[in-house]
Amino acid sequence: MSQIFKQSANAWSKASIFALVFTLLALGWAVMVLQRSDFVTSANQFIAQPVQFSHQHHVGGIGIDCRYCHTSVEVAASAGIPPTKTCINCHSQIWSDSPYLEPVRASFRNDTPLEWVRVHDLPDFVYFNHSIHVAKGVGCETCHGQVDKMPLMLQKASLQMEWCLECHRNPEQFVRPRSEVFTMGYQPASSQAEIGPALVKEYNIAGSSNLTNCSVCHR
Amino acid sequence: MAQQGHMQAGSTAVLDEPVLGPGQNYETITESVAQIPLSSRTPLGWVFGFLIGLGGLMMLQMAIGWLLLRGVGIWGNNVPVGWAFDIINFVWWIGIGHAGTLISAILLLFKQQWRMSISRFAEAMTIFAVACAALFPLLHTGRPWLAAYWLFPYPNTMGLWPQFRSPLIWDVFAVSTYATVSVVFWIVGLIPDLATMRDRAVSKVKKHVFGVLALGWRGSARHWHRYEVATLILAGLSTPLVLSVHTVVSFDFAVSVLPGWHATIFPPYFVAGAIYSGFAMVLTLAIPIRAAYGLEHLITMKHIDNMAKVMLATALIVGYGYVMEAFFAWYSAAPYERYMMFNRMTGPYGWTYWLLIFVNIGLVQLLWLRSVRYNTKLLFVLSLIFNVGMWLERFVIIVTSLHRDFLPSSWDMYYPTRWDFMMFFGTIGLFLTLFFLFIRFVPMIAMFEVRTLLPEAKVHVDHGPTGGH
Repeated sequence: MSQIFKQSANAWSKASIFALVFTLLALGWAVMVLQRSDFVTSANQFIAQPVQFSHQHHVGGIGIDCRYCHTSVEVAASAGIPPTKTCINCHSQIWSDSPYLEPVRASFRNDTPLEWVRVHDLPDFVYFNHSIHVAKGVGCETCHGQVDKMPLMLQKASLQMEWCLECHRNPEQFVRPRSEVFTMGYQPASSQAEIGPALVKEYNIAGSSNLTNCSVCHR
Repeated sequence: MAQQGHMQAGSTAVLDEPVLGPGQNYETITESVAQIPLSSRTPLGWVFGFLIGLGGLMMLQMAIGWLLLRGVGIWGNNVPVGWAFDIINFVWWIGIGHAGTLISAILLLFKQQWRMSISRFAEAMTIFAVACAALFPLLHTGRPWLAAYWLFPYPNTMGLWPQFRSPLIWDVFAVSTYATVSVVFWIVGLIPDLATMRDRAVSKVKKHVFGVLALGWRGSARHWHRYEVATLILAGLSTPLVLSVHTVVSFDFAVSVLPGWHATIFPPYFVAGAIYSGFAMVLTLAIPIRAAYGLEHLITMKHIDNMAKVMLATALIVGYGYVMEAFFAWYSAAPYERYMMFNRMTGPYGWTYWLLIFVNIGLVQLLWLRSVRYNTKLLFVLSLIFNVGMWLERFVIIVTSLHRDFLPSSWDMYYPTRWDFMMFFGTIGLFLTLFFLFIRFVPMIAMFEVRTLLPEAKVHVDHGPTGGH
C-alpha cells in the first residue's frame, strides 16, 4: 500500500497542535484587549461640538470654577449644562463679535438652546449621581481627567463597570479632601495611603460591601 | 478457525451466552462494520430517517430564530413556573447521555466484555445528547450571546465573576467538563478504527480524510501501549463524571429551599434515573440499527438482555426514590411539603404523576421476564415508553413543585405553547440528524475492540508476554 501523506505531514501535524493552541490564546487575548480599547469605549476621542468650547482656555487659562457653569453638581444627579445666558454673561462684553461665537449669539437671540453632543454617555440602566460623589470627596478630575488641559472635551475614562468598581471597591485610594474636589492637577499633601483611609472614615464612606451592592447603581 | 469453540471455559468471565455471534473471524467483523461508512450506496432507509431528523432540525432552527427575535415570552413559562420545558428537556437530554459514559468508562474498568460492541455508538449518543441538552439552558437565558459572562468566569469589563455559590455555575462546569471528556474519549477510541478505515478506503478523498483523522496511527506496539494508557486515564476521569454530572444537575433543584425540590435523595435518585433513561435510549437506537444493518452477530441478544437488566436495576432505584419522596413529605410533618405531595398526586397535574408511577414503577417490572427481554420489538416499544416516563418525571418534579407557590395568590397553571413543543421535538431532530450522519460516516462499532473477543486474539500463557492485540 502506498503512502498517502508525505513525510513532512508529521512535522505539519505536530506544528498544527501548537498553531491551534497559539491561535486560541491569541484570539482570547485579542478579545480581551479589543473590548477594553478606545475603539469600543470611545474614550480619548475628540467629538465635534456646535461651538468649539475649550475647557483648556476657560478653566486652565482663565481659572473659572467648575461650578460657575455646572451649577447643580453639588445638589443633583446631573452636573448641569449651562444655559446660553451663562456664556453671554461674559461674551456680551468680550469676543462679542467673534465669528466662532456666532452660534452662541444666535442661540441667545432666538432663544433656542445650543445642542451639545454628550461626551460622557452612561448606559440608561446606570443611575449615576454627581452630588453624592462630590459630597464624599471624589474630585471632578478623578473621573473626567485634567479638563484644564483639554482644548475640546473628551472622555478620559473607559466608563466600563470594572472602572467604576475600581473606586467602589477601594474608595480610600481615590478620595480627596472636599476642599480639593474642584482642583485640577491635585497632589495629596501627604501619601494617599495615609489620608485616604482617614478621609473615608471622616466622610462616613460606606464599606465596599455596600458600595458594590447591585442596587447602588442599578435600580 | 471458525470451528473452534469461541468461549473456552475459564478464558473469560462466566457468561451464559456469547457476546459475539458464531462463525466470526477478524475479516468478517471488520468487513461488516467498515463497509457501512465506506460503501458508496446510501440505503434508502437511511435517507428516510435522515430527512426526518433534518426536518426536525429545520423546525428547531425556526423555533430558535423566533425565540431570539421575540424573547422567552413565546414559551409557556410564567411567574411561578419560571422553569419549564427548557429545564425539563435539559435534564432529560443530559440524563440520556449517562448511559454512554457508564458503558465506556465504568464497564471498561470492570472489564465487561459486552460493552465493546455498543460503546462506540453509546458514546456518540452521549455527545449528541449533551449537545441537545446544552441548547436549553443557553436559550433559557433569553440572550445567549450574553451568556458568556453569565456562565463563564473570565476577566470581563464589568469586573464581575459568576456566583460561585450557585449550583447553576457548578452545572456549567459539570456539563462542560462532561462534554469535553466525552468528546476526547470518543475520538481517542476512534483512532485505531479510523486507521482501519484509511487502509480500506478506495477513494482518494476518503483515504485523506480518514488518514488525517487517524493521526498517523500505524498500530505499532508503542501506539497500542499509549492507547491503552490514554484509555485507562480517560476512563478514570469519566467514571466520577457518571455520578457527578447528574448529582450537580440535581443540586440545581435540591439546593433551593422549595418543597418538592429540597430533598437529600435527589443526587442518587437523579443519577439512577439518568442511567435508566440512557439505557432506554441506547436500546431505542440499537434495536433498529442492528436489524437494519444486519449486525445481530455483533450486538447480540446478550447485549440487549444486559441493557434491559441495567434498566430494571436503575428503575428500581428510581422507584425507591419516588416512594421516599412521598415518605419524606409525610414524615417531615411540614404542611408545605405535605401539601406539595398531596397536590402532586391529586392536583391538576395528578395524571402526569400517576402516569409516571405506572411507567417507571409498574410497567418496568415486565423486564423481570426473560421473554420480554428477548422480544426486541416489545423491548423497543418499552424503551420508548420508558424515555417518555423519564421525561414525565422531570415534568412532575419541575412543574408540580413550582405551580403552587407558598402564597396562593401567586398560584398559576403552566401550559406549554407550540414553541415549547417545537423546541423539544426540534432537538430530537438535531439528535437524529447527528446520529444518522454518525452511522453513515463513522464506524459505529469499535472493530478493533470486538476483534479482541475472538479466540485467536487471546494471549496464551505459554506464549509469553510477546503477544499483541
